[in-house]
Amino acid sequence: MTTSTTTWTPVCRLADVEVEGGVAALVEGRAVAVFRTWADEVFALSNYDPFSRASVLSRGIVGSRTSGGEAVPYVASPMHKQAFDLRSGRCLDDETVGVPTYDTRVEDGVVLVGPERTTQRETGQEPGTEDE
Amino acid sequence: MAHQRKTLVVVGHGMVGHRFVQAAVERGLTETHDVVVVGQETRAAYDRVGLTSFFEVGAEALSLLPTGAYDDPRVRLLLGTEVLGIDPEQRRVRFAEGDLEYDELVLATGAAPFVPPIAGTDLDGCFVYRTIEDLEAIRDAATGARVGAVVGGGLLGLEAANALAQLGLETHVVEMAPRLMAVQVDAVGGATLTRHVERLGLHVHCEARTSAVTGEAGRVTGLELQDGEHVPAEVVVFSAGIRPRDALARAAGLAVAERGGVLVDERCRTSDPHVWAIGECAAPAGRMYGLVAPGYAMAEVVVDALTGGPGTFTGADMSTKLKLLGVDVASFGDAFATTPGALELVFSDAVAGTYKKLVISEDGRTLLGGILVGDATAYGVLRPMVSSGIALPDNPEELILPAGRGGAELGLPDEAQVCSCNDVTKAQIVDHVAREDAPCDSPACVTRCSGAGSTCGSCKPTVKKIVEDWFAAQGREVDTSLCEHFAMTRAELFEVVAIHGYTRFDQIVAAHGTGRGCEVCKPAVASVLASQLNHHVLEGPARTLQDTNDAYLANIQKNGTYSVVPRIAGGEITPEKLIVIGEVARDFDLYTKITGGQRIDLFGARLEQLPLIWRRLVDAGFESGHAYGKSLRTVKSCVGSTWCRFGVQDSTSLAIMLEERYRGLRSPHKLKGGVSGCARECAEARGKDFGVIASEKGWNLYVGGNGGATPVHARLLAGDLDTETLVRYLDRYLMYYVRTADRLQRTAPWVDSLEGGLDRLREVVVDDALGLGTELEAAMARHVDTYFDEWAATLEDPAKLARFVSFVNAPDVPDPQISFTTSRDQVQPAEADGPVQLGATIPVGAPR
Repeated sequence: MTTSTTTWTPVCRLADVEVEGGVAALVEGRAVAVFRTWADEVFALSNYDPFSRASVLSRGIVGSRTSGGEAVPYVASPMHKQAFDLRSGRCLDDETVGVPTYDTRVEDGVVLVGPERTTQRETGQEPGTEDE
Repeated sequence: MAHQRKTLVVVGHGMVGHRFVQAAVERGLTETHDVVVVGQETRAAYDRVGLTSFFEVGAEALSLLPTGAYDDPRVRLLLGTEVLGIDPEQRRVRFAEGDLEYDELVLATGAAPFVPPIAGTDLDGCFVYRTIEDLEAIRDAATGARVGAVVGGGLLGLEAANALAQLGLETHVVEMAPRLMAVQVDAVGGATLTRHVERLGLHVHCEARTSAVTGEAGRVTGLELQDGEHVPAEVVVFSAGIRPRDALARAAGLAVAERGGVLVDERCRTSDPHVWAIGECAAPAGRMYGLVAPGYAMAEVVVDALTGGPGTFTGADMSTKLKLLGVDVASFGDAFATTPGALELVFSDAVAGTYKKLVISEDGRTLLGGILVGDATAYGVLRPMVSSGIALPDNPEELILPAGRGGAELGLPDEAQVCSCNDVTKAQIVDHVAREDAPCDSPACVTRCSGAGSTCGSCKPTVKKIVEDWFAAQGREVDTSLCEHFAMTRAELFEVVAIHGYTRFDQIVAAHGTGRGCEVCKPAVASVLASQLNHHVLEGPARTLQDTNDAYLANIQKNGTYSVVPRIAGGEITPEKLIVIGEVARDFDLYTKITGGQRIDLFGARLEQLPLIWRRLVDAGFESGHAYGKSLRTVKSCVGSTWCRFGVQDSTSLAIMLEERYRGLRSPHKLKGGVSGCARECAEARGKDFGVIASEKGWNLYVGGNGGATPVHARLLAGDLDTETLVRYLDRYLMYYVRTADRLQRTAPWVDSLEGGLDRLREVVVDDALGLGTELEAAMARHVDTYFDEWAATLEDPAKLARFVSFVNAPDVPDPQISFTTSRDQVQPAEADGPVQLGATIPVGAPR
C-alpha cells in the first residue's frame, strides 16, 4: 500500500453508479472514472484515455475478458475501444500503456476515492503511464 | 565484380501483363532484372473480365493495382505510353521520347475488338466494348437514348447487351450464327439461353447478318440486316470477336500465325530468342486464346523460363462459366462431344429454362465435358472432374438432376484444379486452412491468400464447400461467434431473444453465453432488444449496454464532446426551423456543418449541455435524427415533380413519409435511403441502402447500395410499383435485414451473403417464398406504432437526465480537457498533450 497521507474524497452514493456502469468524478482537480462491476466491486481509474487524449473512460462499456483463465473486469474506451483492466489500469490491448488507478472504498453507501496508487508502478508490476 | 543487372521490358499492362509482373516479383526475377512495364491506357491494369460491373462498382473497384504502383522499386510502370516500334536486332524498344534497350522483351499487347468491314461503323453512336473508356462513352451516349443494339451474340456481346439493358435501353442482339454463344453452347443450349434473354425483354435476332449501319446527320439510327430488316438503334456496340494486336511484332519481322497472333513455342518464345509473347496477342502452336486463364498460364511459363524453370504451355482449359443477364451459362471440356464414341447425357426443362448436358466417355467411366444453361451450380464440381479424370459415380445423371446431389458430396481428389483462372488445386486450398503458421479461418481468407475465386468467382461455392468440409472433418465449424461471450451469430442471437422473449442482457448471457459481456456483444444485444421491444434505449439495465453514442443520444467527437443532429425528414425544413437551429448553434457556440444526408450537424456540445440543447430543439418541433444509432439516418430526396421541370413523381413527399415510417428502427448497421423524382437521380438514391427512383409508371425500388469503405450501387429489386406495394416491399426488406444480418454488416454484403444473392432476396421480399411477408410487415407495423422521440422522452425523465453531467460530484464544472480554437469563424477542438487538471494550477487550454 501507499505510504503517503491518505485523503479520501466522497464522490457519490453507490446507487448513483449503475451496475456495470461508470461515472466521472472530480477528485483533487483530476478527472477520475469510477466503475461498479457485476460483483458490486468499485474501481477508479483516471478518466483520461491516453489513446484518444480525451477524458472519456467513464463512458465506456464495462465487461469481462478471459485472460490467463480468469474473467478480467475491464472498461472499453468509448473512443476506439481499447480495453483497460479495472484493477490495474493496464491496457489489455497494448502492454506498454496503462492509466493511473485509485484506491476506492464504500462507506455507508457512499463511494470514496483515495489517492493515486503508485506502488505497483514503482515496482514495475504495472507498465508506464502517459503522465510519467 | 558486381553482376550487371538486366532490363526486362513488358509491353502491355492488361490483366496478363500485370500477372506477369506479379509473378516476376514473387518469383525473384526482379533480383536480376529491372522491369519496365509500358501500358497504352492511362489506367493501371484492371479486371476486364468484370468490365460490365463498372457501372455498378466504378473503375476503382475494378483496378488490379489500386495503388497505381508496384511495391517493388525495381518495377517501373509507364502508363499512357505508346510503343512505336521494336527492334529485335538491336534489342531496342522505340518510344516518342527515345529508345530503351532491353535484354528480354515480353509482348502482352492483348487483342482489339473486331469491327466488321461494313458501311457506317464510323457514325456517332458506334462503339466497341473493351475498355473502361468504351463503357464511359457508351454510358454517355445512352443518356437520353431509347434503343440500342449489339452486333455479336457471343459471350462478350451478351455482356454488352446486359450493359445496354442496365442503362435502360431497349436492347437488340444481332448474331450471325444460328444461336447465341455458338462457341460455347449447342443448339438446345442456345435456344434455352435465347428464351431466358428474351424473357428479360431483350430482342434476339439470330442468323442475322448486318450489312450496314444506317445514320442520319452523322448519328447512327440503326442496323440494316441482309434480309432487309431494319433494327432501330441510337447506340450500337460491336462485339463480333477480337483480333490479336500483333502489329508491333509484324513490323519487327517476328513470325506470326496464319490467323493472326505472334507465333510462340511451348515456352512462349517468339521467333526471336529474346522476345516473348503472352496472352491474347500470342498464338502458341498457331492458336489464339481469348480467355484470361490461358494468358495467366503463359505469363507463369515465361517467368519460369526466365528464372530457369522447366514450365511449358501446351494448351488450356477453355471452360467458361458466367452469369449473363442473371442467367447461368457454363461450358467445359469437350462440350460438343467431339471425342470418338462420346456419349451425351441430357437433362432439359424447357419450362424452368434449364438445360444441362454431360459428355461422357464411351465406357461411361469419365466425364469429358458439358454444357449448363439456366442452372450452373454443378459447374464447380463437374469441371474439376474433367481435368482430373476422376471416375464418374454409378448414376452420373444425379449430377445434373434438379434437387439431386449436384455432385456436392462427391469427394474431389487433391489434385483437382478448383480455380482454373488462377490454377489452384484442392490440395492448395486445404493447405491454406491446415497450415501451422497463419492458417486461414474462412473461405474469404483462402480466396485472399491463394487467389482461388478471385478472378471470375465461379469456383467460390466450391472453395467454400472445401473449406467448410475441412473444418467439419476436424470437428470444427467456421467460427461465426459474435465474441468470446456468445458462440452464435447475430441472426442466431436475434432468434434466441425472439423465441424466449428475453428483455434483459443478464438473462441472455446467463442462458446462452459466458462471462459478463463486452463492447461487442452488449451493443449487439441492445440493438436486438431495441428492434424487438422498441423501449427507450436508456430504459433501466439497457443503458449500460449502449455504446457512448446511444448512451448519450448524440455522436461523440474527438475531444469527448458530442454533435447533435435533429431530424430534417427528406431534407425539407421551414425558414422558422432553420432560424432556431442557427440560434441554438450561436447560443451554445457550436460548429455547424451541413451533412451529406441533407441535415445540419451541430458540433462541440459538452455532455452537460446536451439536455439544454435538446430542450430548445424539441420545443421548436424538432426530434432526434438518430445520427448516433445503428438505425435509419436519412431519406435523401430531390424536389421532384413539385418544383422540378423534369420530375415525374413527388419524391419529397415520399421521402418524408419513408423517413418518418422507419425513423428509430434499430438495425445491424446504420441505414440510409433516397428518393429521386426522375431517372436523373439527383438524390443519388442508388448509393443508399434503399433507393427509390420515380418512373412514368410508379416507383423503381433499388436495394443494397452503400457508401463506406467499399461503395456499392443499389440494384433493382422491383420496378414500376405503386406506393402501397413499395412500402410493403420496403417493410419486408428492412425487417428481414434487421433479423438476419450479422453485427455491423451493411446491406450490400448482407444481400451478397444470402444464398442466391439479390435473386434470393427478391424471392423472399417480392414472391414471399418463405411465407414471412405478413410477419415481417407486422413487425414493422409494431415499430411504426410504438415510435417515440428519444430526446423528448429523456427530457421528461429525471433519472435519465441525471447522467448528463460533467462530473457526478460537480455537475456543472466543465471538463477541463475540452478546449477549442477557432478556424473559419467557427470553433474546432484543440488538443491537449496529457490529462488536464482543475485546481490550484491553471488548467492548460481552459474552457472558453
